[in-house]
Amino acid sequence: MSIFVLDQDNAYEFYVNKLGFKVHTDAPMGPGARWLTVCPPEQPDLEIALMAINEGMMFTKESAHAMRDLVSKGTFGFGVFECNDLLATYEELKAKGVEFKKAPTQEFYGFEALFTDDSGNWFSLGQKAK
Amino acid sequence: MQGEVYPKVYLYRRIVKAKLFIDENFAENIDLDNIADTAFFSKFHFIRLFKKTYTKTPHQYLTSVRIERSKLLLQEDIPVAEVCYAVGFDSVSSFTGLFKRTTGITPSAYQQERQRIRQEIKSAPLKYIPNCFAESHGWAKKSNFQEAEI
Repeated sequence: MSIFVLDQDNAYEFYVNKLGFKVHTDAPMGPGARWLTVCPPEQPDLEIALMAINEGMMFTKESAHAMRDLVSKGTFGFGVFECNDLLATYEELKAKGVEFKKAPTQEFYGFEALFTDDSGNWFSLGQKAK
Repeated sequence: MQGEVYPKVYLYRRIVKAKLFIDENFAENIDLDNIADTAFFSKFHFIRLFKKTYTKTPHQYLTSVRIERSKLLLQEDIPVAEVCYAVGFDSVSSFTGLFKRTTGITPSAYQQERQRIRQEIKSAPLKYIPNCFAESHGWAKKSNFQEAEI
């Protein structure tokens, strides 16, 4: 899966050093281009690409600008992560500076918190059923 | 955001603080009894709560952090013995045995494998990039990608 990020260096800092994800591939691909993928520590086969939003083959200048605007406004929620203990994970991530849109709350569908990455993308964080 | 109110938040914060202490001081000769005292727990209570939260005892967690950090150092081509002591182990044979039990291969074999992958990423990067992404960036095999300066 892919997540669009505003800056790959900052995204590396967030996903690797704050969330504790592992680097799967970090390959320079020419001037201003980098293939950077990470994976959750317990899912080495789930490769998540941290995609830069740059003018080029994928984006025109206008669409790159629009996409960056949408990302920074928190338009995109890219999925759901699960952890063993939501309260402990919440306290740890908060201590590391991760921003939460919603503290752990019991919803009708489960125990859930919402956090954002450094670009503005948001994710649901739930607790594995015991 | 409103203040969080959930049961025993103070317990969670103390356990998390202990875990973060291990994360930051794994290379030192950590006395886990000291961590239990600092967190105001009895040793038994501390181990029980830590394992309930992280599915590992504090000692198991410390070992896992050291092994994971050793992988990062091995990828930088640092000699195995140096990595062993840098992450807090005091015996190369113990480190090698633990590493192999955890990963299935020895530290040397892991280091060689990572060197091979690094070389392959340089020489054949398209093996690691999905074709759709490569094409969308003009890096498909039939393009002039091989002439691009990396």
